Amino acid sequence: MFYGIELTSRLMLGTAQYPSPAVLREAIAASGTDVITVSLRREGPDGAAFRQILADSGCRILPNTAGCHTAREAITTARMARELFGTTWIKLEVIGHADTLQPDPFALVEAARVLCADGFEVFPYTTEDLILGEKLVEVGCRVLMPWGAPIGSGQGLRNVEGLRAMRAHFPDVPLVIDAGIGAPSDAARAMEMGFDAVLLNTAVARADDPVAMAAAFARAVEAGRMAHTAGLMPRRDMAQPSTPVFGMAELG
Amino acid sequence: MISVLGAGVAGFCAATALAERGLPVEVIEPEDAPDPASRLAGGMLAPFCEGETAPETVVQMGLGAADWWEAHGADVTRRGTLVVAPARDAAELGRFARATRGHDWADPGDLEPDLAGRFARGLFFSSEAHMDPRAALARLRDRLVARGVRFHPGPAAGRIVDCTGMAAAAHLPDLRAVRGEMLALYAPDVAITRTVRLLHPRFPCYIVPRGGGHYMVGATMVESARPGPVTARAVMELLSAAYAVHPGFAEAEVTETGAGLRPAFADNIPAIRRTGGRIHLNGMYRHGFLAAPALAEALAEELQQELAPCVSS
Repeated sequence: MFYGIELTSRLMLGTAQYPSPAVLREAIAASGTDVITVSLRREGPDGAAFRQILADSGCRILPNTAGCHTAREAITTARMARELFGTTWIKLEVIGHADTLQPDPFALVEAARVLCADGFEVFPYTTEDLILGEKLVEVGCRVLMPWGAPIGSGQGLRNVEGLRAMRAHFPDVPLVIDAGIGAPSDAARAMEMGFDAVLLNTAVARADDPVAMAAAFARAVEAGRMAHTAGLMPRRDMAQPSTPVFGMAELG
Repeated sequence: MISVLGAGVAGFCAATALAERGLPVEVIEPEDAPDPASRLAGGMLAPFCEGETAPETVVQMGLGAADWWEAHGADVTRRGTLVVAPARDAAELGRFARATRGHDWADPGDLEPDLAGRFARGLFFSSEAHMDPRAALARLRDRLVARGVRFHPGPAAGRIVDCTGMAAAAHLPDLRAVRGEMLALYAPDVAITRTVRLLHPRFPCYIVPRGGGHYMVGATMVESARPGPVTARAVMELLSAAYAVHPGFAEAEVTETGAGLRPAFADNIPAIRRTGGRIHLNGMYRHGFLAAPALAEALAEELQQELAPCVSS
């Protein structure tokens, strides 16, 4: 449940870097996603034609503030997004460094505070830091989007234990793994760990066959979620035979 | 009479192919027409490299482009394309190799001594070529004029072949603009003799030598119809990419900056469309010089067959 909205798919898809809008459209369909994110910082109000293609997909649009480096830039972009898309949803990214694309936690909280007070429903792109997560919840965020790994790196879940701790620390806040997912197995693992959804872009958009990769991720996310719900067996340090050793026939 | 609207690469190729089949042609250039986007093109004739993102249809359209341009007076440089990546993005090269054909692995320094030691390896597309697109268009214009084709601001007297790019958007609702920005540099200290593409996850760029120390560096791809001049961000990205290829570009003179709107259909494939009594040659996207010759020939072929009965009667 994301700000009162129940989604049928737990995969959210970014819309950048596809070979063409036509391929993007097919990938969206193959992924079964309900939510697509779109950047605005660079395209600005003149990107209407591309936005129309996205709107025609029928998906819920989650505009993002990718490319913003200060709270102020992100706030301005969010307001423009609200006007252009008619949605209060905003994926809030405030980047601390153009090279690493790590979020700037201080500016992130500041922008989130302003936007939540302004009636936005904020999806903050954050790290697995628990205190940062708490501050974001405190200023009004009801969803958190921790990274798996740096944006576009495809490294998967780089700090599994940290993410596990975050899941445990925020049992009632929807958590979406955003960024760094490289393979469907990464997405499946995030879902097995109990995350509510995953958001990814590059892994699909830059695949040799984006449409097939979108379908692969759809299945992985579904499998991971199903496994989480079904209850994974605990890991053990030692082998545990599934048939009793006691009373086995002695051969030879 | 066939009236070709538009004086960009699509219009000139269409007029040429039609005129060569003996069909009566005129080219309409309204006085207030914007500069064609083709003026800002790289002039790469690189069908295999484009195949990284473009579908096979586009690769096929482009296979004969270098020959066509050469046969139509252009100075085509056939030295191939060299694709390189910064050390930390070396994995991008593997991806590019997988997504394309017509290449061999090469030591960039063997091909371009100026790049020796800068890149461990590169991909060499030996059959590709490049040319100066403005000079190529000027040659086409001269040849059309020599054939007696009239250029005038209108009104059009014949059947309309619309090659006006974004100006045709009212007739083609699924046409959109993809903004592109480029730089021209004069860097006499840099000696690069063929197109070099730098792969980068965020700022890919290409450098096309224009001869005599002049280079064209392009190009951004922004989903926007914003018409204004080049942005600071684009200049920073393109220059830093050029600098990553060769530090000598730091001392270059920036002789020109340009921004234009590429017309594109949803699948980014250039196409011939018939709608509302007009024939459109549009959606050139980033493939104008590559795809326009093949499309123009196909269009001329169709029109010749359609008009043949009238001519004989």
